[in-house]
Amino acid sequence: MVKIDDETMDYIGILAKLSLNEEEKKQAQKDMQKMLDYVEKLNELDTTKEEPVTHLFPMENVFREDVVTNENQRDEMLANAPGQKEGQYQVPKIVE
Amino acid sequence: MDFRELTALELGKKIKNREISAREAVKYTLEQIEKKEKSCHAFLHVMEKYAYAQARKVEEGQKEGRFQGPLAGVPIAVKDNICIKGVPATCASRMLENFVPTYTAEAVRRLEEAGMIPIGKTNMDEFAMGSTTETSAFGPTYNPWNKNHVPGGSSGGSCAAVASGEVLCALGSDTGGSIRQPSGHCGVTGLKPTYGSVSRYGLIAYGSSLDQIGPIGKNVEDCTAILEILAGKDEKDATSMERKEETYADFDGEGICGMKIGIPKEYLMEGIAEGVKSEFMEAVRVLTEQGAIVEFFSLGLVDYTIPAYYIIASAEASSNLERFDGVKYGFRSSGYEGLHEMYKKTRSEGFGAEVKRRIMLGSFVLSSGYYDAYYLKALRVKGMIQKSFQKAFQKYDVLLAPAAPDTAPAIGTSLEDPLKMYLGDIYTVAVNLAGLPGISVPCGLDEKGLPVGIQFIGDCFQEKQMLRAARAYEKARGDFLLPYEQDREGE
Repeated sequence: MVKIDDETMDYIGILAKLSLNEEEKKQAQKDMQKMLDYVEKLNELDTTKEEPVTHLFPMENVFREDVVTNENQRDEMLANAPGQKEGQYQVPKIVE
Repeated sequence: MDFRELTALELGKKIKNREISAREAVKYTLEQIEKKEKSCHAFLHVMEKYAYAQARKVEEGQKEGRFQGPLAGVPIAVKDNICIKGVPATCASRMLENFVPTYTAEAVRRLEEAGMIPIGKTNMDEFAMGSTTETSAFGPTYNPWNKNHVPGGSSGGSCAAVASGEVLCALGSDTGGSIRQPSGHCGVTGLKPTYGSVSRYGLIAYGSSLDQIGPIGKNVEDCTAILEILAGKDEKDATSMERKEETYADFDGEGICGMKIGIPKEYLMEGIAEGVKSEFMEAVRVLTEQGAIVEFFSLGLVDYTIPAYYIIASAEASSNLERFDGVKYGFRSSGYEGLHEMYKKTRSEGFGAEVKRRIMLGSFVLSSGYYDAYYLKALRVKGMIQKSFQKAFQKYDVLLAPAAPDTAPAIGTSLEDPLKMYLGDIYTVAVNLAGLPGISVPCGLDEKGLPVGIQFIGDCFQEKQMLRAARAYEKARGDFLLPYEQDREGE
């Protein structure tokens, strides 16, 4: 049985890119523990002979010529960005 | 003339015969929305200008002999996680409050090509995560049967819009029951096609291996006619499949005499409300009377479907929702230091509680050390569930289940206990895990006067069989009147 402790919650916060306040963290920890205890039920099943199924139907790779088919939508797309500068997405400084 | 008395196909016919113009249909629909929205809140965005422009295009095209399909000129509501170029798509989330897509979903493009008119974007659970439409960041939708109850979810806005008479039909999306369950709760008909039938291009992803767009309407025929328009291969969605059926409608045939229908007996054993069970059994009686051979059988693995579903759906959600980080679109938090804090603050403030819950669960089950034990385990169980359905379809043409274990819950009673809410998806999620088509059809009312839905489940790409059974049932059941059709005085 997996126990979700504070350390695990911090790790999940990093993976999920979420910063929760103490109260939210406590609630999330409780919810997560409850859910994991519940899904533990799957361990009742012997799945050693089963393959993991991602796609239900056989999938084939689809090839096409590498040609541009859509028009230039740079400005329309940038209009959705919270920050933009000189035709590009603007983010906080990442290189010192 | 009251358009709402009509079905979508009947309205389409009147438009084709020039009894009603497409613009009149739009005008009337907008009036209905205006009148009903205060008490229903089914819409997040009404597309007045867009709809009139499309209506003009259809009218002009019809003069030149184009747009001759059966639904040309008919307005349709679209769930807010489906993109339409130039029209806001919020997924009912603060995160996408200001997002305006630069392209149109293939499903909507096909509707427009057939002359249908998108009239508005409907409310939903945030990013389609929820079963009540209460996780919407813009407030809940109210069930047209009883304003104190939820419409179900996550396509609650689309279903309520049809049930209230604002529109005759709508598009929804179904990842774990999000079309079929709210259709059941609102007394309308909702169809989730076989995975791969309808292109997901332009559907904002939740669980990509499970998501499927489908129609919601007043009856099986309308839903079938919309599916005819939607279904088919799209090179922009690698999981979409070449269509096998020329046409899905096969209603004039021999009915369902001799058709073999199986009911998973586990579905009626525990956790089902009395009112739902009795209406369901009445529907079984009707089907038997029509000559169907109805049998109970053991499907198996029923208790494992919800755990497997929530692991897989959450894992895919955590991956799909990584893109919402405050850079390319949507919301960005203010007051952060550095890139990583910007990501974290943006996501923490932009997402609601249920979305965060699923992202965290998904991140955990995909993390190294737990990936095999949770995620791969769930995918193995998914394979077992798929096999149990394959076995069932060797014996039966169609399966039957309730749409949900109970009718629509009262507003404010579901979000306290997420696990309990998840258990309400017991009859719907397995269908997504196995990729099957399912359709929810209203079958009666419980003691509270709330609608009960019955779900017909077909084998993969056997929509035709499933629709034939659903249509035959609907005919034998007789009229099922929506609240606005029953009580014209109350308006």
